[in-house]
Amino acid sequence: MKIVFEQTKGLTDIPMRYCPGCGHGVVHRLVAECYEELGVQENTIGVAPVGCSVFADEYLNIDMIQGAHGRGPAIATGIKRNLPDKLAFSYQGDGDLASIGAAETLHAAARSENITIIFINNAIYGMTGGQMAPTTLLGMRSTTSPAGRTVAANGYPIRVCELLAALDGPVYLERTTVDKPAGVVKTRKAIKRAFQYQLEGRGFTLVEILSQCPTDWGMTPLQSLERVRNEMTPYFPLGIYKEPEDDKKARPKKDAVKKES
Amino acid sequence: MSERILMKGNEALAEGAVRAGCRFFAGYPITPQNEIPEYMSWRLPETGGTFLQAESEVSAINMLFGAAAVGRRVMTSSSSPGISLKQEGISYCASAELPIFYANIVRGGPGLGNIAPSQGDYFQSTRGGGHGDYRVFVMAPKSVDEMANFPRICYDIAFKYRIPAMVLADGILGQMMEPVTFDFDPVEADSLSIPDWALRGSKPEERRVVKSFDLRPGKMEEWNYRLEKKYDEIKAEEVRYEAINTDGADLILTGYGTSARICETAMAQGRKEGLKIGYIRPITLWPFPTRIFRDLAGKIGKFLVVEMSLGQYVEDVQLSINGRSEIYLHKRPAGGIPTGEEVLEVAKKVLSGDKSKFYV
Amino acid sequence: MPKIDVDVTRCKGCELCIPACPHDVIGLSKTFSANGYYPATMVKSEACTGCKLCAFVCPDVAITVYK
Ligand SMILES: Cc1ncc(C[n+]2csc(CCOP(=O)(O)OP(=O)(O)O)c2C)c(N)n1
Ligand code: SF4
Ligand code: SF4
Ligand code: SF4
Repeated sequence: MKIVFEQTKGLTDIPMRYCPGCGHGVVHRLVAECYEELGVQENTIGVAPVGCSVFADEYLNIDMIQGAHGRGPAIATGIKRNLPDKLAFSYQGDGDLASIGAAETLHAAARSENITIIFINNAIYGMTGGQMAPTTLLGMRSTTSPAGRTVAANGYPIRVCELLAALDGPVYLERTTVDKPAGVVKTRKAIKRAFQYQLEGRGFTLVEILSQCPTDWGMTPLQSLERVRNEMTPYFPLGIYKEPEDDKKARPKKDAVKKES
Repeated sequence: MSERILMKGNEALAEGAVRAGCRFFAGYPITPQNEIPEYMSWRLPETGGTFLQAESEVSAINMLFGAAAVGRRVMTSSSSPGISLKQEGISYCASAELPIFYANIVRGGPGLGNIAPSQGDYFQSTRGGGHGDYRVFVMAPKSVDEMANFPRICYDIAFKYRIPAMVLADGILGQMMEPVTFDFDPVEADSLSIPDWALRGSKPEERRVVKSFDLRPGKMEEWNYRLEKKYDEIKAEEVRYEAINTDGADLILTGYGTSARICETAMAQGRKEGLKIGYIRPITLWPFPTRIFRDLAGKIGKFLVVEMSLGQYVEDVQLSINGRSEIYLHKRPAGGIPTGEEVLEVAKKVLSGDKSKFYV
Repeated sequence: MPKIDVDVTRCKGCELCIPACPHDVIGLSKTFSANGYYPATMVKSEACTGCKLCAFVCPDVAITVYK
């Protein structure tokens, strides 16, 4: 009998401190598996945000930097422009990316900065205790929209992939979930593709992952998956929002990837 | 190397940074410092470096945060409101111990203020400016030549102690043309060794982490003490100032940057007229040259502080003199530029016992 | 026989692996772990095919799969 699944070397051995059932853990693992599998773990630099994943540096087994709330794309830009041969990614929550850091996101995308953003959309401010996020759904309760988000008071949730798809800069944008094994497999593929494009020097890539925050949603982990399926995906449709024309049919093959020594 | 060139202050500062090894600049337009990013936009690519016009000052300082973390010599510049926006990022650099260099070509404030020369950002520069217990190495040039040569000193200090270092100047220094001699050999950026703390990708067992916090109990307190130790060392080792004609003076004129030039003019004219006027000028605003003031306090009866702000610089003079001499203050905010004659006039009044400018 | 191994020092008993398993192999343990969670365990071990689906969804990388 042999091992067919075990923890990737891309992660450290430190158990993650996220709440039971939190989506961050799965996505951390997928990110780690992807840089490990692409053979670039020793040539990857990650940017951790302010948010629940502020501790990502403890789990991702690579050189890491933790920066100011929302500024991941600018920090990754500073890294990538000086070390163009490295894989640089910014890991961000929805408050971080779509609210306080909206300008940095938009402009990194518009510049087609050759970086990858891993965007965890859990429709809430996790770390600060469940306040309304720019992606909080209409009607959804949060500690700062206790009666539910209304258009009158709070306007509409932001669809990040759709917004960025209107720009010429982004090379690859995809929205996925991690609520089921199939979603996890898709997410992994998406992250890997984004990293591959970056290694090929193609430009800005972003993967948006609809994720559950059982704690601040006041739900059990299993209930929170139901919300992702039944409430989030109708408003935030899954799929590829942008991809290189030549790859629409022929998906990139593994041998097309430029591996770093 | 010893060639004399006529240069505009802002361009001299930019060229000085490039010659000191700067290879990454990110900034956002604001008057009166636009010549700096404009110069960098063509000059850096010549050296293989990178110029980026950021979407905001906030983004610019965070681009520096990333670029500094990989060990590059980096720079940003702005003017007052823009520097306010950068403060969070500067605080992060201070805590994460990232060396960065920046310049504030100060304009009139508060608010949008005006684009006239001012020294209204003294507190912001010398008290840290952003949140938390930290310090920034602050140099105040008084000439275009110093604008050209101070960036190298700032980089040396920033890398030696792993702190942010800045030049505090104003629109007069930024816009005027003067002859410049670069007093150092150009630094070959590519030959600089990569600091061992710099991120560049690594084996898991050697991986590096750059961050500005530690949430474990008691750890952030330790972190702060560690930073404080560096600041104490800088205070002991890196003070720079100029003191002229202080022996036997009846009055010391003091100011920094543009005000220092004005004080010098007033002193020169006053001494021609037989008045015993001396002059002290801090070159580093932090660390502040406390000792020279302390040594003269009590021996020289009167100090006249000249500043283009409403009583900011004077507080450091007051702290150093600590009640042992009289301090007088001549102040002009937000575009009010005192002349040499004006200051000499005040000095004469002070010497004659007039108390109208008495501060403490 | 394929099987899974749950690292009880990492498992937080979130149950996400339970519906992910197509063969109802996994349930929660009746006793709690040192971390204070009821960790996942095999309740129908003979049905495990080693398909890894449970491991895919586990947020805490607590599952190792053998085949
Ligand atoms: C400048 C600044 N403003 C506010 C905060 C407080 N803060 C910390 S995390 C956070 C929100 C995080 O939410 P999100 O980005 O959605 O990530 P999550 O925690 O849900 O993963 C806020 C507002 C901060 N640290 N810095
Ligand atoms: S608060 Fe929400 S996002 Fe944060 S760790 Fe807990 S479940 Fe995850
Ligand atoms: S490996 Fe497959 S069959 Fe076995 S427990 Fe996991 S999901 Fe069930
Ligand atoms: S998904 Fe992982 S953490 Fe959750 S119960 Fe199953 S093994 Fe435990």
